[in-house]
Amino acid sequence: MIKYLLEKEFKQIVRNPFMPRLILFMPVMTLLIMPWAANQEIKNIKLSVVDNDHSSYSERLIQKVIASGYFILEDLSNSNDEALKSIESGKADLILDISPEFEKNLISTGTAEVMISANAVNGTKGGLGSGYLSAIMSDFADDITTERGLNAGTGVTPGIQIVPHNKYNLYLDYKVFMVPALVVMLLTMLTGFLPALNIVGEKEAGTIEQMNVTPVSKFTFILGKLIPYWIIGFVVLSIAFILAALVYGLYPVGNLLTIYFYASIYILVVSGLGLVISNYSDTMQQAMFVMFFFMLILILLSGLFTPVSSMPDWAQWVSRVNPLSYFIQVMRAIYLKGSGIRELLPQLFSLLGFALVFNLWAVWSYRKSS
Amino acid sequence: MSEIVISAKELTKKFGNFTAVDHITFEVSKGEIFGFLGANGAGKTTAMRMLCGLSYPTSGSGTVAGFNISKDQEKIKQNIGYMSQKFSLYEDLKVWENMRLFGGIYGMKEQDIKTKTDQILEHLGFMDEKNTLVRDLPLGWKQRLAFSVSIFHTPKIVFLDEPTGGVDPITRRQFWEMIYEAVHSGITVFVTTHYMDEAEYCDRVSIMVDGKIEALDSPKKLKEQTNSQTMDEVFQKFARKATRNAD
Repeated sequence: MIKYLLEKEFKQIVRNPFMPRLILFMPVMTLLIMPWAANQEIKNIKLSVVDNDHSSYSERLIQKVIASGYFILEDLSNSNDEALKSIESGKADLILDISPEFEKNLISTGTAEVMISANAVNGTKGGLGSGYLSAIMSDFADDITTERGLNAGTGVTPGIQIVPHNKYNLYLDYKVFMVPALVVMLLTMLTGFLPALNIVGEKEAGTIEQMNVTPVSKFTFILGKLIPYWIIGFVVLSIAFILAALVYGLYPVGNLLTIYFYASIYILVVSGLGLVISNYSDTMQQAMFVMFFFMLILILLSGLFTPVSSMPDWAQWVSRVNPLSYFIQVMRAIYLKGSGIRELLPQLFSLLGFALVFNLWAVWSYRKSS
Repeated sequence: MSEIVISAKELTKKFGNFTAVDHITFEVSKGEIFGFLGANGAGKTTAMRMLCGLSYPTSGSGTVAGFNISKDQEKIKQNIGYMSQKFSLYEDLKVWENMRLFGGIYGMKEQDIKTKTDQILEHLGFMDEKNTLVRDLPLGWKQRLAFSVSIFHTPKIVFLDEPTGGVDPITRRQFWEMIYEAVHSGITVFVTTHYMDEAEYCDRVSIMVDGKIEALDSPKKLKEQTNSQTMDEVFQKFARKATRNAD
């Protein structure tokens, strides 16, 4: 019986003028465009410098800051007030104020003051900008100490140097971080929305009633809706992997089959959720908006874009009942770290649990009789 | 009287405070064409949905093909065909694909489906349209196809909910010829309609007014009882009592 239902679903998908294109173009467009645009690295911070010292050291400092590549020297102001004006007018994001006695103090006492003021309207830009600038400052201070230490031969207290080594993503490349996340997002959107809309579509067309009056069992019917989207999920996943390899040279460190294995469970989870929502919705709009509501929460509280560990407690709790956060952990771990099933057993059980709950719920909430 | 295939006893369906079907009682024998007449909103569709196992009765009982309509709905579904008011074949499937789908769902064998599809299409003169998408067919053809699909698995009873809504008189005529053929092959037909000329074709008709059955007999006897010339007159006499607004 299921054979006939699957035949029907596939014929409908292929004949739909929109569906095959969506399945092909959505992953292609997302993977080609998003990693370049959705980048959390902050570059091109506009800097206004107030150089009250006009010394060779202050000149060197400014050169160093510009050479870092993160900043654009917007203007050289004569006073802090003037620099503030360029922040207010939106020309600059950050002020670097070098004190008048900068060089003199640096040579005589070894310390000198600069002031960094950031426009924190865009919190990330302000925070990261002043962070970068501080890092450059301390680097600059090191340079000076080394030079002077060598020249003068005096004992300078050696500072503790922290050398970060970004394991698994050596250059903190955001694309490496984003690509697995985007693959997860694609899979979630496509295999979540499509089955939901499909069932509601049948409700609107009235064809579901013709099905309900047949002896087809609820389980078979739901399975007939689930399997096509399961296969579509695999197609999308494969397109995404091929693109990641071709365009970004990003190959999973771990076993590709392990990813497919976890994905096969994850698709069941999301499709199950979609089916549950469709069972409670009467119209496309209703299903769309309810699905969208859940998707937004699931995606934002999953650690897909922002780390879960920095969320407030209640949000961390939500992420524990969020299937997406388990799958994103799996995806990143396998793709970037090369973890295997053994390291990812808790996620496996969680995802299996979600898949079971949602799909049983979907079968239960599907009513052949009212 | 031969075997009873549909029976309803005090069958009632309430939606909140609204009683859509109000204690209806009737029986239908095997091989009968049973007409279910009533104005829009009289409760015909609701009653039919209960008999088809699509809707649970609020109270009362009934059996269809020997199975309880409150408990054995899935067994009933194995034995009936249903054609809803709203055209409900898959528009994006071809003619033969719709037949194959529903044949398959009722557990028919692959080979039987193929033979029967050709047989039916040949009989209807639809052979040229075998590979046409259903959405491209004219309405009259769609209705006849929907009927063929609803009896494709040779059910014991077929329920037709206003099957001829919106089609021209010639197609309606052809449609009724198909109904007679089905009856000859032993299928019981339960049909709702508000075309009174169609009521004349039925063996027995019931007239539903405001959820209740006001009259139930053969068209001939109903006309005699009410001193009417046509079923239309009969219907007018009963339906005028209605207080419920049409939907």
